[in-house]
Amino acid sequence: MDFGRISRRHLLQGGAALTLGTAFGARTALAADTTIGFIYVGSRDDYGYNQAHAQGAAALKKLPGLKVVEEEKVPETDAVEKTIESMINLDGASLLFPTSFGYYNPHMVKMANKYPKLHFEHCGGLWTDKDPKNAGSYFGYIDEAQYISGIIAGYSTKSGKLGFVAAKPIPQVLRNINAFTLGARLANPKATTQVIFTGDWSMPVKEAEATNSLIDQGVDVLTCHVDGPKTMVENAARRGAMVCGYHVNQSPLAPKAYLTGAEWNWEALYPKFVKMIAAGETIPNFYRGGLKDEIVKVSPYGEAVSEEARKHADDVKSKFMSTDYAIFKGPISDNKGKIVIAGGTDRGQKDPELEKMDYLVDGVIGATS
Amino acid sequence: MTTDTADSVEAAAIAPAADAGFLQRHGQVIEYILIPGAALAGALVVFGGFVALFGKNPLDLYFYMYYGAFGTWFSWQNTLTRAAPLILTALCTALPAQLGMVIIGGEGALLIGALAATSAALALPSAPPLVVQCAMVLAGITGGGLWIMLAGGLRQFRGVNETISSLLLVYIALAILNHLVEGPMRDPLSLNKPSTREIGAANMIGTIPGMDVHWGLVFGLVAAVASYVLIYHTTFGFAARVAGGNIRAARIVGLSVGRLILTVCFLAGGAAGLAGMIEVAAVQGRTNANLAAGYGFTGILVAFLARQNPLAVIPVAILLGGISASGGLLQRRLGLPDASVLVLQGIIFVFVLASDALYGRIGFLKGKV
Repeated sequence: MDFGRISRRHLLQGGAALTLGTAFGARTALAADTTIGFIYVGSRDDYGYNQAHAQGAAALKKLPGLKVVEEEKVPETDAVEKTIESMINLDGASLLFPTSFGYYNPHMVKMANKYPKLHFEHCGGLWTDKDPKNAGSYFGYIDEAQYISGIIAGYSTKSGKLGFVAAKPIPQVLRNINAFTLGARLANPKATTQVIFTGDWSMPVKEAEATNSLIDQGVDVLTCHVDGPKTMVENAARRGAMVCGYHVNQSPLAPKAYLTGAEWNWEALYPKFVKMIAAGETIPNFYRGGLKDEIVKVSPYGEAVSEEARKHADDVKSKFMSTDYAIFKGPISDNKGKIVIAGGTDRGQKDPELEKMDYLVDGVIGATS
Repeated sequence: MTTDTADSVEAAAIAPAADAGFLQRHGQVIEYILIPGAALAGALVVFGGFVALFGKNPLDLYFYMYYGAFGTWFSWQNTLTRAAPLILTALCTALPAQLGMVIIGGEGALLIGALAATSAALALPSAPPLVVQCAMVLAGITGGGLWIMLAGGLRQFRGVNETISSLLLVYIALAILNHLVEGPMRDPLSLNKPSTREIGAANMIGTIPGMDVHWGLVFGLVAAVASYVLIYHTTFGFAARVAGGNIRAARIVGLSVGRLILTVCFLAGGAAGLAGMIEVAAVQGRTNANLAAGYGFTGILVAFLARQNPLAVIPVAILLGGISASGGLLQRRLGLPDASVLVLQGIIFVFVLASDALYGRIGFLKGKV
């Protein structure tokens, strides 16, 4: 974290050097002293969304010749624009990773237009043709990992009742809930997932209440989609329930209760990006992938996971790794009995229809509004 | 550490006493500059000690704070951008304080102002930009004004404590905002980030010519000066201060205290509502949950540090803007956590509040603070 003391003169020279650098416009390859800026919306040790990105940043720090600067708890306002500019002007950053979903529009787009020679990579998969070419937005099909978690959960539950603590009923979250439930039903066709929406990304008190309430209703395996799963994981473990993690590996928080989890694999993706830039390759502006592309991964199975569950989960995982395995295969009906994907229709992972998901599949107890 | 602090406060406080003639002529003004200045210096010394505990050099800390906040033209723009909304939200606390009311619900007025301004813009899809902008200003002020007037009305007609009611109204405002943004006002294209439709690039108010700071700063400066004139140089302001000093006396001399309360609350809320309008029209371009970035709460701190003086709000807002602008640099260069900026704000707050006891008592300083 500590980059040592930089002399004052060096600081001032940095600014001048940057101006020269941009004037000659050398964005082709990374120079030996490339600075990369990471911006997080929460704490980088939140055992969640931000920590996943910080692990990616940590992987970059191990590469020679790179300097990584980080700033946490930057709100999705013009504060992030100023943080980006501060990293550019005061630290000489030439590659920026504003990692929160809400940083993209209008903030990062504005900065990418203002600094056309620098490179911006955003997490969220939001890039469209209208956006600047030096901006990119990547995302992972983490529902694949949730599907695997679901399989493990389906084998591990005794009551057949699973619980899901979710932030908001938006497509990305609904897709995770649905994939988790469909996975669980592969293992146990009678399993149900009770979902509770807390209303926002970081609501520790409500997350704890939701966890307790789910367990009170007989749920014995829980997972979540909030920014910091720590609250859910620790509370559930304390109450004797088992958990599937999210964002990063939370097994250190609950070694006995942790079954598996859906994790981001930014520590594989970010070095890949940097190597692509260094080699003069262009990173596709819209970059997405799943388990096969090493953008997401599944946590190592906990000791409580049965042999049968491991085998089934590994089997499905290998299908994701080798084929275009579809989670959302018709017929699928929502939990109100309406057919949402007709029989015979396979919605592959790249299907744009899945990005608009506004339903909960059969087996989920809960409502989107 | 404490001895250092006491020394600096002492030294600062003793200085004017050495020149009694000068002090007598400008006593109050000197006190207003010297005491907060000494409190600030004391807070910085203590914070330096705090940072030293983490093994960082306090001199580095001061240098980076200066450099990140005021050291370059970019840093100044960064600081002023962050100060702009704080001036307006601070007025939301400073104005009612003249009447002896403690209003801490500026955040709610900001959100309602932003919603009202966005609604006004969306209701006028084909009007010329200037008309739309004027409508947004009016709607923002009215929305925010009525919101705080609600707290004033509850106090006047129902005897409800305005501090509690204005704070609770923040949560109601946030719930209204979330409901509208995720429901009736939602742009159907805002899939994973529920937002209203955009107000349109033509209707944005842009930046002040020659600098990268939006017009909100000018709005803030004008509002602060106008508030100062209103409070200290008009009969209305005099009446307000009389009522603030002794409400019974004010009633006996025939002042309409109820009208004063409602009017001042409207103006206060109007200032915060204007801040919300500016966040929409200069930064976000639409309304979503990002607007609840805490400017309303930081404004309370600014108002108290400025001792509720509308003119003093300006330098204090710039100071806090500078602290938050340099906070990023502290994270990046010294590896301090984000919370360190909050620690500094807290220390300053305590010092300034404690230094309140010094006004008019210079010469009895020893052993105090």
